[in-house]
Amino acid sequence: MTFWQRISTVDRRILYVLLCLAVALPLILKPKTQVRVSEPVRSAFETVDKLPEDAVVMISIDYDPSSAPEVQPMLIGLLRHAFKKNLHVIVTGQLALGLPLAEIALNQVGPEMGKTYGKDYVNIGYRPGGSAMMIGIGREIRDYFRTDYKGVPLDSFAFMRSVHNYRDIGLLVSLAHGAVAEQWIQFVGGRFNQTIIVGCTGVNAPSLYQYLHSGQIKGIIGGLQGASEYEALIGKPGSATLGMPAQSAAHGLIILLLIIGNLGYIISRRKKKQ
Amino acid sequence: MKRSVPLTIVFVTAVLLIVAFFIPHKPFGDLQSRFLNWYTIVSGFTFLLGLDSLTRHHLVRVFRRVEGWGYSLVLVLALFATMALGFYSWFKFQSPFALRAPFMWLYTYMIIPLQSTMFASLAFFVFSAAYRAFRIRNFAATLLLVAACLVMIGNVPLGSAFWHDIGSLVHAIIPGVSVDKLTALEGFASIKDWLMSIPTAAAGRGIGIGLALGGIAMSLRIILGIERTYMS
Amino acid sequence: MIASLFLAALVGLTPPGAVTARDNPNDQGGAVVVTWTAPPQTQADSTRPDSSVVPLAGFRVFRSLHADTGFIQVTEQPATSTEYIDSDSLLRDGVPYYYRVEAFSATDSARSAVVGPVVSSAQWFNTTLINILVATIVICALFLIYLELARKGAKMYIRKIAGLDAIDDALGRATEMGKPILFSFGLGYITDLVVIAALPLLRKIAKKSAEYSTRLLVPNSDPIVMTAAQETVKEAYTEMGRPDFYNADNVNFLTSDQFGYAAGVDGIILREKPGAIFWLGYFYAESLIMAETGHSVGAIQLAGTTETTQLPFFVAACDYTMIGEEILAASCYLRPEPIMLGTLKGEDFIRFWLIVLVTATVLLGTTGAILSKQVPILNNIFETVVRWATPAY
Repeated sequence: MTFWQRISTVDRRILYVLLCLAVALPLILKPKTQVRVSEPVRSAFETVDKLPEDAVVMISIDYDPSSAPEVQPMLIGLLRHAFKKNLHVIVTGQLALGLPLAEIALNQVGPEMGKTYGKDYVNIGYRPGGSAMMIGIGREIRDYFRTDYKGVPLDSFAFMRSVHNYRDIGLLVSLAHGAVAEQWIQFVGGRFNQTIIVGCTGVNAPSLYQYLHSGQIKGIIGGLQGASEYEALIGKPGSATLGMPAQSAAHGLIILLLIIGNLGYIISRRKKKQ
Repeated sequence: MKRSVPLTIVFVTAVLLIVAFFIPHKPFGDLQSRFLNWYTIVSGFTFLLGLDSLTRHHLVRVFRRVEGWGYSLVLVLALFATMALGFYSWFKFQSPFALRAPFMWLYTYMIIPLQSTMFASLAFFVFSAAYRAFRIRNFAATLLLVAACLVMIGNVPLGSAFWHDIGSLVHAIIPGVSVDKLTALEGFASIKDWLMSIPTAAAGRGIGIGLALGGIAMSLRIILGIERTYMS
Repeated sequence: MIASLFLAALVGLTPPGAVTARDNPNDQGGAVVVTWTAPPQTQADSTRPDSSVVPLAGFRVFRSLHADTGFIQVTEQPATSTEYIDSDSLLRDGVPYYYRVEAFSATDSARSAVVGPVVSSAQWFNTTLINILVATIVICALFLIYLELARKGAKMYIRKIAGLDAIDDALGRATEMGKPILFSFGLGYITDLVVIAALPLLRKIAKKSAEYSTRLLVPNSDPIVMTAAQETVKEAYTEMGRPDFYNADNVNFLTSDQFGYAAGVDGIILREKPGAIFWLGYFYAESLIMAETGHSVGAIQLAGTTETTQLPFFVAACDYTMIGEEILAASCYLRPEPIMLGTLKGEDFIRFWLIVLVTATVLLGTTGAILSKQVPILNNIFETVVRWATPAY
């Protein structure tokens, strides 16, 4: 096998080791990077920023631990932003395994921003029902959630007394890793004209751009890059910003090896023809 | 009878739900959510079926000492340990996800790392698949490769830094061109945004419309009883 | 500051204007819409004090069964609000109610005149869905027309789908290598159309596996899908006269957890080393993990899913991929009877007219935007068409 043939058919384990090094070294060395904010993330940020004080934001945790490295920084960034603006936050979710991640984030950001559970934010937990539940909240949230996740009645929380349905919710944020965001857009955005922004994994972001362009959602925070942009906008870099050098190195390595692999492919094909 | 009763149920239910979509008046107005709730309840019970299949399959492997029976034993023990911890946390802390609950410890130190590791391993598989598949075999494959590279580089700060270097190089060759103005264009990021917003969205919409039509056709076949394979 | 307080005391609040109360349209009853306008010489934004206006704190809405007495407050709305939908559980259909709205500030309040009686009721048709009803009737009618044409024997050509044609080759290859076959529905539920569409393919593959005595493995992530798969495989084997060949352990439940399922399937692939793998169902991010593992053991792979975000991964990792609705059409290919093909042709006909409609609308909108000053009616027509085509629920 010639050198170029070897290059174009390199053992995948060598590729994996190179990728591992490309990701690990920047995480250890921590080089600084400049984050450029894209329009969809800026739009999402401005949608939250324009909300008046005491407005209610509902955040739906539609991701599970597998997407936590990408989406959890978005949740933390959004909570910091919302609490800084003195917005009230209701946390719910479509995935039972995702709600504990919200609990972890609320317990981190709430005390940090001087906010109290029950007065400034509430976790109403998970109820099965999917799209039926999404539509049902449009009539009365208490049809599905009479209590918070610990069993405390919703009406014991002062700000929840005036929240009955989507008309009382200023913004819905879906943090999703799959098709749940599209369900919120179709069933709630379309039916109740609810303002929605979406935070999602990088893989899902392309499928949501069409909703952004048609005005069905007001912003997208896509992937770790989107999370780092949001952190830049709120002025508090976090784990997403820390991950950007590693992501840059990984992408750079992949592009370089794709070019080298294709060079090997073209040259070995030419030699074969000769 | 064995076929006609289920087919009749399918037809009547489907027509009822289609009609109910347009009629807000009771009892039609909340028919959809009622059916969805029934499905949720029934599907909850079917997890017992899954549990039965899983435990039986692995217990048989353990008792027969089939090759790899140790892994089956670990699975069965882990399954019941998780259930036990969950119930204990529920009774002691009112929720298995209370911060001090043992189940939350399991969640934080086992479930989160295991799941996020599996998702992260996708990066390696994407790399090996891309290395193998993104070859300049023909025009379409070349276009795919170029688009992929542009999106990858536009998606990270490396792209901005690289674009700045290109701006500096252009300025060195053509001094009349301003580096700042060129950098402000953010070429790679703008191209990536355009690729994601326009061609990708267009393709997504096109496939989505096709899927919707295919879904309507298939649904009509099921409702009219032409498609019966789901009944076995 | 003193001047504005003095002015507020002198001027006071005036009541909200244009108060109306009417039945909430297009609902299942139990709701009344109350609207109003903010009183003149008030402002909602108290962060920018202007001495010539009175800062407004909000509005209170009251309801009663009588025109002159018994009013109870049903809500307090912020100063920016001009509408409230009263869907209180105490509201009864067919009962006349009276409403009034009160504007209030920090020091004053002013009530509107009483409006009513208003009676809430349920509607038998949601008028905002007329466009969807028309589209539904037209599309269903077209499908039925093509079904009828097919029944009458009209010739219908459909193109080949490479993936479906390759099933027999893949099965033959696995049999020659003495390796089992793997079939996966992914994370799909039985309610997913793609899973229902994949069941006939499972049946075909099961029949071939019984014919060739090749083991068929079907790991599942949903118990209901597992039950359907077990029945399908069992019946296929029975049809081929090989009921003894069926082993319930081969059609089993792994886990409903996404990556747990991926890990389980990967383990099966690495241990059993299947010769052919069929990914036909609903997949998320785990698709490439499984497909790459399948490639690493040298299996021939055929994929089909309606999840568009996963199609590129399958195209990169698999030998054949059915894109979009090709998998939904699979049962028509397996049973190419006129009545099945009729629905495919109906689909194509509707798709053609959708392309024409979208192209015409885009041309209309583009021309209207370019000639907006010279021919403004084009823009108006475009906006009317878009408004009519957009569901309002």
